[in-house]
Amino acid sequence: MSDAPTQFAEDERIKTRSKFREAMIRPELGGIIGTITVFAMFLIFAGDSGMFNSQGVMNWSQISAQFMIIAVGACLLMIAGEFDLSVGSMIGFAGMLIAIFSVTLGWPVWLAILVTFAIATAIGALNGFIVVRTGLPSFIVTLAFLFILRGFAIYLPQTIERKTIIGGVADAAEGDWLAALFGGKILTGLFQWFGDNGWIAVFERGTRKGQPVVEGLPMLIVWAILLVIIGHVILTKTRFGNWIFAAGGDAEAARNSGVPVNRVKILMFMFTAFCATVFATCQVMEFGGAGSDRGLLKEFEAIIAVVIGGALLTGGYGSVLGAALGALIFGVVQQGLFFAGVESSLFRVFLGLILLFAVILNTYIRRVITGER
Amino acid sequence: MTSIFKTFMLATTVAAAPMMLATAASAEGEKYILVSHAPDSDSWWNTIKNGIALAGEQMNVEVEYRNPPTGDLADMARIIEQAAASGPNGIITTLSDYDVLSGPIKAAVDSGVDVIIMNSGTPDQAREVGALMYVGQPEYDAGHAAGMRAKADGVGSFLCVNHYISSPSSTERCQGFADGLGVDLGDQMIDSGQDPAEIKNRVLAYLNTNPETDAILTLGPTSADPTLLALEENGMAGDIYFGTFDLGEEIVKGLKAGVINWGIDQQPFLQAYLPVVVLTNYHRYGVLPGNNINSGPGFVTKDGLEKVEEFAGEYR
Repeated sequence: MSDAPTQFAEDERIKTRSKFREAMIRPELGGIIGTITVFAMFLIFAGDSGMFNSQGVMNWSQISAQFMIIAVGACLLMIAGEFDLSVGSMIGFAGMLIAIFSVTLGWPVWLAILVTFAIATAIGALNGFIVVRTGLPSFIVTLAFLFILRGFAIYLPQTIERKTIIGGVADAAEGDWLAALFGGKILTGLFQWFGDNGWIAVFERGTRKGQPVVEGLPMLIVWAILLVIIGHVILTKTRFGNWIFAAGGDAEAARNSGVPVNRVKILMFMFTAFCATVFATCQVMEFGGAGSDRGLLKEFEAIIAVVIGGALLTGGYGSVLGAALGALIFGVVQQGLFFAGVESSLFRVFLGLILLFAVILNTYIRRVITGER
Repeated sequence: MTSIFKTFMLATTVAAAPMMLATAASAEGEKYILVSHAPDSDSWWNTIKNGIALAGEQMNVEVEYRNPPTGDLADMARIIEQAAASGPNGIITTLSDYDVLSGPIKAAVDSGVDVIIMNSGTPDQAREVGALMYVGQPEYDAGHAAGMRAKADGVGSFLCVNHYISSPSSTERCQGFADGLGVDLGDQMIDSGQDPAEIKNRVLAYLNTNPETDAILTLGPTSADPTLLALEENGMAGDIYFGTFDLGEEIVKGLKAGVINWGIDQQPFLQAYLPVVVLTNYHRYGVLPGNNINSGPGFVTKDGLEKVEEFAGEYR
């Protein structure tokens, strides 16, 4: 794949390629072009609408970061040749578990989070186990879990608390060390300094008068960046990364050359569930509660981000950086259309057009440049 | 080939048109954004859209309607942040979950945007987030009033068809009704989902297994319309006591035919229309009503249906 080591150019098994060509066949090329196009478009149409003031930037950054967190998991899983349609339901389910453990059962929040992560990744493993054991398409298996998990996310709070939104997590999480890793904000001093210098807007009234409207970098964004970096390094710099590509490319050939395909796939299902739980935890901590309808349709949004980012639906090809750019494009478009003043019911039309355009562009670029048919 | 090309051009033009229009229209005047918690599939909110559009036209201000497509309240919180970032003169928003929405709303108020809470939430919560006022129908009270009315009519047990179970305010309506009747809510509330066929069949199934049910309460056209069909199918139409929240074309027909005993009109038109009028006058002349505005509950029965019928689903 992309790790062609040019220092071994004398090796007859390795084809030499120019640096330019090397750069052009990277899967994230479409993502880079798309990102530039989208930003240029919104600078023209919505440049003075508040989209690029501090609040506006924070707004679409957070949306993009959400997409990024689930896209990293979905991307690696898709490269390994499988789908996970239960991501959205997992977000609702995991969030609800945290709320039930911490508010209803009164556990310390750090314990609630850890147990939830354990349960979620175990469900991810179960997903993967069923897929590799039965040989059924992951599309079907995870579709089943889409309904199972959503059902529990509604049933549990209904039975236990007679309501479908459990609040009060914010109070329970007060001073909790692990909760701060998901719901806190860092660099608050830096942002205050920005505000004091008049570089970003400050509150005009109320108890927070004088404080910057953007008080810090949310942990949601930190998690997104962290997961993208970890995912990228694992995929491109490690042997395990090659196994992921191999498992998704041709599982049989990979097995014959000693790649533990089943283990790789199960691990990727667990990682996807992990990412969904990170999303859920950040959301629960930020909004102070869990709702049964959280994460609806998020599985498709993750897949959209990954596909815009240049990954192949058939597996074996793609990049985490591409998926991250796909998430950025998706977030910027979704929020930017609002700032551009587009009628809200039409935003999905644009989103659909952009998805279609991105996929066609990606395929076209790849074919032209790699010469594949 | 040409026809494909034509279609494509047409699609592009249609898609690009609102962008041009919106850019042209944003040149002058106050700007108000209404944010709701309703998923796209909920038809009741059409009246809200009509109300805010008419108010914008009459007051000559720019208005916008925003909602989370799937009804996800965390998405709604982001929409409020986004609305605030775009620097409007005012935001009109529902407060369907205090935990989730109070933060973004407070931040909007603190950053200098005037906020009016409409539809969901309570007057107390509106005051706490720093909103100018609350315009709407207190949900629990409305449910309670309906329950008292039903009790006077001899109802002892009921089925509450909840098509929006993830919103706490809809559960409050059922709970209020149960408390008004003086019975325990228990299993009398069902999660019907939003699909008409599913709703209809769940109502049929419930009435089949619980034939002694005295009354049905639906929470809006989404659940009322399929319930009407269900009652027609099992022959209980006109026989079972039937009350509903909100009005719509089918509900009005049901009222006229005597199948539905009453509809609780919270007057969504006013919930959208009045905040725009109030905000505009506040920003232009500095005048502001001194209190919250209760748009409902008002019971609509068979009597005096004409105007209601004419504008059901549009302005009523």
